[in-house]
Amino acid sequence: MSSKKKKKLTPAQKEYQTFAKSKEPKRPVFKNCVKAFIVGGIICTIGQFLQWLYMTYFNFTEVTAGSPTAATLIIISVFLTGLGVYDHIGQWAGAGSAVPVTGFANTMASSAIEHRSEGFVLGVGGNMFKLAGPVIVYGVFSAFIVAIIKIAIERLGGM
Amino acid sequence: MDKFIWAFLVGGGICVIGQILMDVFRFTPAHMTCTLVVVGAILGGLGLYEPLIKFAGAGASVPISSFGNSLVKGALLEAERTGIVGVLTGIFEVTSAGISAAIIFAFIAALIFKPKG
Repeated sequence: MSSKKKKKLTPAQKEYQTFAKSKEPKRPVFKNCVKAFIVGGIICTIGQFLQWLYMTYFNFTEVTAGSPTAATLIIISVFLTGLGVYDHIGQWAGAGSAVPVTGFANTMASSAIEHRSEGFVLGVGGNMFKLAGPVIVYGVFSAFIVAIIKIAIERLGGM
Repeated sequence: MDKFIWAFLVGGGICVIGQILMDVFRFTPAHMTCTLVVVGAILGGLGLYEPLIKFAGAGASVPISSFGNSLVKGALLEAERTGIVGVLTGIFEVTSAGISAAIIFAFIAALIFKPKG
């Protein structure tokens, strides 16, 4: 709760807030971190293996191998989402499965599948980016600002 | 072989940062991924993310923070070639494969699979 809202509370409400907070189940932070570390690490290692595969057998360079690697991970993740496996992994791993690019594909596929009963245009098309949209919006906006600032600094420095 | 170990450690480390944001700072998963993307974009602008990818390979390029870095990279590369408009035209250049693949296969999945209870 924001501090602004807290100031308006009566003493009884404040007491209740602290009471509710003390009864809130403690999150096993360390255990969750270990799970996230293991699953996230494994997904990245699979990514590294795919990258190595593309570089060794398909004549990609270290730079160009990034795209097929991401695409392959996304295909695997979408397929696992469709089978309902990825959500089980996600429940166990928390951020370990949400942070890698597979988590991004999972949010898109799961919202697309979930809303297909509302029709393919408004349901699937309209809801596909419901969860993945914020990432793209904030990514593009921050990238735009960062790029503009960097170019401005370079131009001014070059003058 | 070293690369695989570093990919595991760095990739796992970034996921732990995400988990801490969620558990300790009470971020929702959406807030957490957005934060990582913005941080990735800023690190990309400062030129710190590319060395990390060089060092850890997929450990740095698979987590979502590399999405922010790739957006900045594409924008800057295209801006170098075509001038300031390149920031707009190049922003999705590097990440295009990931986003296109996600859209296409998510749609195919919606055609094939039924929601699981």
